[in-house]
Amino acid sequence: MVRSWHFKPRHVAETVAKFFMLLSFLIVAASLLSILWTVLSRGLPALSWEMISQTPKGGYYLGKEGGILNAIIGSLLLAGGGTLVALVISLPIALFLETYVMKTRWARYVRLTLDILWGIPSIVYGAFAFTLMLAMGLRASMLGGIIVLALLEIPIMTRAMDEVIRLMPEELSQASLAVGASKLETAIRVTVRQMLPGIVTATLLAFGRGIGDAASVLYTAGYTDRIPTSLSSPTASLPLAIYFQLGTPYPEVQQRAYASALVLTLIVLIVSLGSRLVSARLGRFINR
Amino acid sequence: MTAGTPSLPLSQRLFPRRKHDSTGSKVLLVLTVIPVLLLLAITMALVIKALPLLKDHSLVSLLSGTEWKPMKGLFGFLPFIMSTIWVTLLALVIAVPPSILTAIYLAEYAGKTLRSVMKPILDLLAAIPSVIYGVWGMVVIVPWVQGRVLPLANRLPDGFSLLKTSNPTGFGILSGSIVLAVMVAPFIIAVTNEVLTAVPQGIRQASLAVGATRFQTICRVLVPSTLPGIFASVVLGFSRALGETMAVLMVVGNVVQMPGSILDAAYPLPALIANNYGEMMSIPQYDSALMGAALLLLTMVLILNITSTLILRRLMGRVRRAW
Amino acid sequence: MITKPHIEIRNLNTFYEHQQPALVNVNLTIPRNQVTVIMGPSGCGKTTLLKTFNRFLELTDGTRIAGEVLIDGVNIYDPDQDVTEIRKKTGLLAQRPYMLPMSIYENVAYGLRIHGIKRGRELDLAVRHYLEIAGLWDEVKDRLHAPATRLSIGQQQRVCLARGLAVEPEILLGDEPTSALDPISAAHIEARLLELKKDYTIVVVTHTLRQAKRLADYVIFMYMGEVVEAGHARQVFEDPQQERTRGYLSGQF
Repeated sequence: MVRSWHFKPRHVAETVAKFFMLLSFLIVAASLLSILWTVLSRGLPALSWEMISQTPKGGYYLGKEGGILNAIIGSLLLAGGGTLVALVISLPIALFLETYVMKTRWARYVRLTLDILWGIPSIVYGAFAFTLMLAMGLRASMLGGIIVLALLEIPIMTRAMDEVIRLMPEELSQASLAVGASKLETAIRVTVRQMLPGIVTATLLAFGRGIGDAASVLYTAGYTDRIPTSLSSPTASLPLAIYFQLGTPYPEVQQRAYASALVLTLIVLIVSLGSRLVSARLGRFINR
Repeated sequence: MTAGTPSLPLSQRLFPRRKHDSTGSKVLLVLTVIPVLLLLAITMALVIKALPLLKDHSLVSLLSGTEWKPMKGLFGFLPFIMSTIWVTLLALVIAVPPSILTAIYLAEYAGKTLRSVMKPILDLLAAIPSVIYGVWGMVVIVPWVQGRVLPLANRLPDGFSLLKTSNPTGFGILSGSIVLAVMVAPFIIAVTNEVLTAVPQGIRQASLAVGATRFQTICRVLVPSTLPGIFASVVLGFSRALGETMAVLMVVGNVVQMPGSILDAAYPLPALIANNYGEMMSIPQYDSALMGAALLLLTMVLILNITSTLILRRLMGRVRRAW
Repeated sequence: MITKPHIEIRNLNTFYEHQQPALVNVNLTIPRNQVTVIMGPSGCGKTTLLKTFNRFLELTDGTRIAGEVLIDGVNIYDPDQDVTEIRKKTGLLAQRPYMLPMSIYENVAYGLRIHGIKRGRELDLAVRHYLEIAGLWDEVKDRLHAPATRLSIGQQQRVCLARGLAVEPEILLGDEPTSALDPISAAHIEARLLELKKDYTIVVVTHTLRQAKRLADYVIFMYMGEVVEAGHARQVFEDPQQERTRGYLSGQF
């Protein structure tokens, strides 16, 4: 009788299945650790004050000295600019979806479109934007990079905001409408204010996606060793710095790639944690 | 709450409200057209740019041609299509079983602590840029394939043609697929997990109450009723894998050939576009061909994406984007 | 006092997360083949107590259980006990009927299949038998293979009853089983329970005093996680020994 039930087939099946599930879980967790370990173990030795405070030196493109300041500044400018443009367009769309057309067929179509846009590979955005730039006579430049990142980020940001605004209790906007405020006033005065944490979360999410994307800026923003001076100058970025420099046969240049990888990962990590913190605060706010 | 409520007299003095509302709505309505226009513009631009290619080549010959010699005007897409399919399918074979098992484990067995630890980890995995995965692939996976897998494969007897290759480097389909698998796993896990957690607790209890084990409950109740959602999560992962560029590009070898083994080098569509965009201007029809590649990629992704989105909407009312 | 105890609870204490106690020093005996009603104000631990009988309490994260629950003299919390066998012995009617996402037939046959009965004829007979006991056969015999969710909520609760009975339990647990139902369906379920007590030990949690009076042979009154008073229905209702019981019965809570 003692513990005999352990040998019943259905309990054996459960134990075996659980073993494989745990194993899978460990594999997934180990992969993540391996990635972080790779970035840290290669990036930390390469990282120094010189690395992040200087542009590449010692010869064009494959120079063996200097740092990655061009890529850091370029990436921040590109992703910052792209996020700003995307915010200006996304916020009204999200508000409108919520305030005016919440359950209409049009809102459903717009949401479906946004979901589809979200899934389009960034290389396609890059190809599209490059064609557009050729047609307009633009060359690879910061402006081109900002435009393509904005296009890439709009669906992410809008849908993320849309989700957050939906969490807002309906009574809130009804309370505003009830005292005679118009829908637009309600959107601007109540919804935006209440949803500020959600908007911040969505913006950070989109920024994180934008700053890490390489394929879209490959031919739209270009690459250079210099720090950009205007919207029309080519602009380096961290993902491309990694891609180009890791592919060279020179260890000194590869060091810059590893340093860039660490810096990029740190930025994405901080942004991701930041958005978690904000949405945790938002959660408390909603529950109250 | 009261802070946000406009005071009536002041707002009436400041805005003539009715008029304000209607013009305001119109401006906003125009804005919602932007996403729809963007989707149309992307598709149209690619179609228009790709059309010149169809003047000299039939669609069938483009899709079934194996010769890619832009200088001679030969544009056979088949090696790229096959490369894309090989890399993506193998990635799914590697990613799907552990991802679904992990999702089930997290949803059905794991305690609160593990679940709350795992969520940010999955978010983080999904947030890591693909170049970083590429770096990991080059530093860890490629040497592993070259040092461990290749010698093993070489010792295999004939007949294992899927594992035989003349490619001596670790750069190839297997490396690309491993990297891709790790990239799409968080997506499949997150969506499957969400689909499972959407099943009411009472349904699990109804099954447990008659003496079913947890595993029986999973196999007989949870998985059958969430199968469309799990399927959709895989399709979603599939569509993401299909379009993934940088990480794959860095480890897949980029050789134009019809792959015959998972250790061969390959050249997927996104890599083709990324690698050749800069120099396309000098060769006639080259840009058309690359745009055609982008269009092909877009079509494949759109089909998968729309399918999975519609399934998930049906199942859960709407798709919640957690990443 | 109780001649044929079926369930005995000894020194039972349970804690939710953060050590917050839910049940405090519960000692009870529950008689065989009678209807025992657990009553008390909401949050008093009556559902928690019920959930310790089929080990459902451990499904909630972070709960701890100390003490013994004996069914037929065997402690169900003994590590050697097979939790699925205990749950097979104790059928459950939940507050809301949850239909498994399958047909009416499959819902009733589910437990039988789980426990290894696969032959079609045997299943057919069992499904019919238990649907008859639940008083639902005539209403559903023509649409056995329709999704169970198409039934009305009262009918669904009777499917739950049939599903629970099909695995041949000895004990039937009801967690406010009529609270989601309309009065007619509720009366239907109550009538079934009264019929079934000749074959089963029935334990029902209820928050309405009137239902308690209609059903109970034996009554347990709980307050703040403690058992205040337990005894035969007539005695507790007509001559409560405790101040708090009197207060509850006169509607002070």
